[in-house]
Amino acid sequence: MMEIREGDRIRIKKETDSGVVVYEGIVMPTASRNIVIKLDSGYNIGIRPGNAEVEVIDREEVLTDEKKERGGVLNKTRKEDLPILAILSTGGTIASKVDYRTGAVSPQFSTEDILEAIPELGEIGNIRGKVIYSILSENMRAEYWSKLAAEVYNEIKNGAEGIIVTHGTDTMGYTAAALSFMVQTPVPVVLVGSQRSADRPSSDAAMNAICAAKVACSDLAEVVVVMHGSTSDEFCFIHRGTKVRKMHTSARDAFQPINDIPIGKVYYDTNDIEKIRLEFFSAYMKRGEKELELRAKLEEKCCLIKFYPGADPAILELFIAQGYKGIVLEGTGLGHVSAEWIPGVASAIKRGIPVVMTSQCIYGTICDRVYDTGRDLLHAGIIEGEDMLPETALVKLMCVLGQTTDMEEVRRLMHENIAGEIKGRSMKGCIF
Amino acid sequence: MEIDYHKIGLKAGLEIHQQLDTGTKLFCKCPTTLIDKKESRFSFNRYLRASKSEMGEVDEAAREEEKYSRTFIYKGYDSTCLVENDEEPPRELNREAIDISLEVALLLNMNPGDEIHTMRKIVIDGSNTCGFQRTALLATDGRIETEEGLVRVDSLCLEEDAAQKIETEGNAVGYSLDRLGIPLVEIGTAPDIRTAEQARKVAEQLGMILRSTGKVKRGLGTIRQDINVSIEGGARVEIKGVQNLRLIGEIVKNEIVRQLKLIELKDALNKRAARVEHRIEDLSKIFDATSSRVIKKAGGNVFGVCLRGFSGILGTEIQPGRRFGSELADFATKYGVGLMHTDELPAYGITEEEVERMKRTFDATEDDAVVVVAAERERAEEALKAVLRRVEGAMRAIPEETRRALPNGSSAYMRPLPGAARMYPETDVPPVEIDEERLKEINSKLPETFEHRKTRYKEKFGLNDELADKISRNVNFSLFERVMDSYENLPATLVVRTLTDTLAELMQEGIEVEKLEDRHFVDTFEQLASNAFAKEAIPAILKFLVNQPETSVDKAIEEIGLIADMEAVEKLIADIVNSKTDFIHAKGARAVGPLMGVVMKELRGKVDGKVISKILEEKVKEVLEDG
Ligand SMILES: [Zn+2]
Repeated sequence: MMEIREGDRIRIKKETDSGVVVYEGIVMPTASRNIVIKLDSGYNIGIRPGNAEVEVIDREEVLTDEKKERGGVLNKTRKEDLPILAILSTGGTIASKVDYRTGAVSPQFSTEDILEAIPELGEIGNIRGKVIYSILSENMRAEYWSKLAAEVYNEIKNGAEGIIVTHGTDTMGYTAAALSFMVQTPVPVVLVGSQRSADRPSSDAAMNAICAAKVACSDLAEVVVVMHGSTSDEFCFIHRGTKVRKMHTSARDAFQPINDIPIGKVYYDTNDIEKIRLEFFSAYMKRGEKELELRAKLEEKCCLIKFYPGADPAILELFIAQGYKGIVLEGTGLGHVSAEWIPGVASAIKRGIPVVMTSQCIYGTICDRVYDTGRDLLHAGIIEGEDMLPETALVKLMCVLGQTTDMEEVRRLMHENIAGEIKGRSMKGCIF
Repeated sequence: MEIDYHKIGLKAGLEIHQQLDTGTKLFCKCPTTLIDKKESRFSFNRYLRASKSEMGEVDEAAREEEKYSRTFIYKGYDSTCLVENDEEPPRELNREAIDISLEVALLLNMNPGDEIHTMRKIVIDGSNTCGFQRTALLATDGRIETEEGLVRVDSLCLEEDAAQKIETEGNAVGYSLDRLGIPLVEIGTAPDIRTAEQARKVAEQLGMILRSTGKVKRGLGTIRQDINVSIEGGARVEIKGVQNLRLIGEIVKNEIVRQLKLIELKDALNKRAARVEHRIEDLSKIFDATSSRVIKKAGGNVFGVCLRGFSGILGTEIQPGRRFGSELADFATKYGVGLMHTDELPAYGITEEEVERMKRTFDATEDDAVVVVAAERERAEEALKAVLRRVEGAMRAIPEETRRALPNGSSAYMRPLPGAARMYPETDVPPVEIDEERLKEINSKLPETFEHRKTRYKEKFGLNDELADKISRNVNFSLFERVMDSYENLPATLVVRTLTDTLAELMQEGIEVEKLEDRHFVDTFEQLASNAFAKEAIPAILKFLVNQPETSVDKAIEEIGLIADMEAVEKLIADIVNSKTDFIHAKGARAVGPLMGVVMKELRGKVDGKVISKILEEKVKEVLEDG
């Protein structure tokens, strides 16, 4: 059999019981042991190489990768009355192209490509795009948050009047919390993504991006997440970056506020972007109210440990042995671990490693004063994570340890509401 | 109109979509049953957006239409899940559906591929929540034999059925999610069909092969046919959504006539040196005081264009009940506006004088036509532009397009023919390798051939050659067997006649026998076997069940007034006989003939004639014997 390459046009003659069948089409990339071709009808089909005679009828020289622009470009025609919006891409795609010849889906990051896919953005602001990372959000790392925070800071310093960060949804909540603590912002910083991929006509990417752009033009100067508020294409919620969590694996309205209400809502209109309007439900930081400030230093050696019945207290010791400088526990109920764990917690704190308690209930506030185990934990020096999300508490601890290692200062900062992460006043509060 | 198929060079192909009777849907574990729309538990709204490249090659008109974003409202049920909502990735291809499809492929002498790839076919009319239909090519290169020759079967695809459109209100289109995801096989033939009659026969044969598996859904809406038709000098036109097998021949004929007429019109227009003026005039002033309801409803806004040399053309009939003007109106309808033209005016409350003033605005002569729409400026202009494009096209060639089958066998414009480059791999669904052993197993269990079945029926049920042939080729053959096996005392001939001739006769009367399900027949035969009514009443019962499918057969017997009680029948006959004793004594045994007429007047269709005759003979004999 002649060597075939992806992209070749080939003819396969296959011997069958009823005679010879001929398939003709273009060789597609495949992980299977069969030859996969795209027929002229558009369908792909796989053929076992055995009993088949393969003939290459046309070979096109493969074109080299299309130009990959790494940003910094402004709209060609700048509109004076529109604000400058910077779109920083981390790998979450809000636009993509499909190559019908190969079936390959390529995410689009350049300003031109994004504007071609979502032209409405160009009517909302003067868009400038920049690719920071091209990674899946599960590959995000704490060190990348620092770089991203610095990029956000630079964009604002260079005149961006609103920042849009496109992000994969899996860890968008963590990044939102990180930016909330690391950048004190005088302009909106909006994280956005899509739950249904941008290569499908039903994708939520365009609507989320348009709503995000609207928020980026508003007078809200906080780090927020803008995503679908329901399964319908009707409105997006504006979530505070420290109080939002991905609560569903695939649904459009996966992002939900935890122990808080959304800051506001964006009512979408597909036919007229002028009709898209914002509504706010609670108080928020206004544009220009705070000075631009960057606190990019993080202590990355922090971990989040989920307690479960019978969990071995040695787990804690393993992390400490690995050099971890801060620990967030996701305990049960009001904030508990088994009695076996308490000596370990006490010892860690004694050695200068802060241990913060959060709850795997996700909803509600930590209160260790109610039961014996809790009181023992308090006695051991545990830091109650209040109504913080475990993930938010982890990111905050990294930030706090980036600034100070003094245990009392750490304790004070962890209890202080820095970026809306502690509501302090929950509707279903601590029971005494 | 007699058509010389050879001369016109008809090339037609069929595409049949048949729902499979699987336990679950193609890409999720939801049941494949349709639900009463009132059972809907929730609804949600979506938009769809597709890039130019995703739509393939589309014409201007479609692009215009695409600009107009529609809201899709989906109704969900307890029996639908997040997959239908496009809120969750699809599960793997349903194995049961693959097996049934392979069985059909083998019955059509097709060659299954070795590895099946699910593709996304972009569809943005809202009928699929994700904006594409998932479809996989399973087999190619098959054939079926017909009396008129071989018809190649090019492809068999396994795909998901679309959501059902339930309502359209302005810009919003409502869909029901229960049907979305039901597995379908799509069988496409090559354009090897040469006559309208052959088209119908091929469709019937395909339908029968599908049903012979016993694993496809039956009943209204479970099978849909698309036909593509082209003639020499004409264009390839695809007519979608034929639900009635009987209409296929008619639709092919009507499309041929349409294309021939359009060719004639094109020649006439070119001879007349007809031309299109792009000047759109605001004619609203003419209708300031109009009594036309259509115009008043549109706020008195009327816009028009002049077609030079088109007088009489717009009014020319090109299909039953459709004129060339109707073709243009199809385009205006896309923008939600009605269209009127001077070939049909004055009408719709528009007066002679208003027509004259319209014509004067354009300095139109009696050779010219004026086309108007009543709508506000923006919509009117877009609609008229689309109409003008269609008119200009008519002077050049017959446009290739997709049309929608209408119930009377004609068709209306739907959209341009879709381009080819609309498919890309469904990366959420892994390819499936067809196991050779499994294929062999399916092959060894294929349903029997017609010939085999015919021989078997002759032997087992003692049917003659004609009837055995008839029922073994009939879609109801398995029903026949089921009935015969359950009620052995029923004569096979009667069951065959009922399932073939009787149904054909009812169909000719215009009775929608498609509405009857197997259970209706089984119940009817059960009652017949227990002598609950006479066989003469079968058509009456079936008619009744078509109208009231939820009624049980014994209730139907009661409602129609069939007499099940033989004692009552005997008493009725005895009463008649007793009232005619003089007559009987006078005529002797020959009295039975005339009395039969009197008795039948009371009992026709309710009791078997033979039974009546026997009772009557006995009673008459009794009277005579009694002296
Ligand atoms: Zn489902």
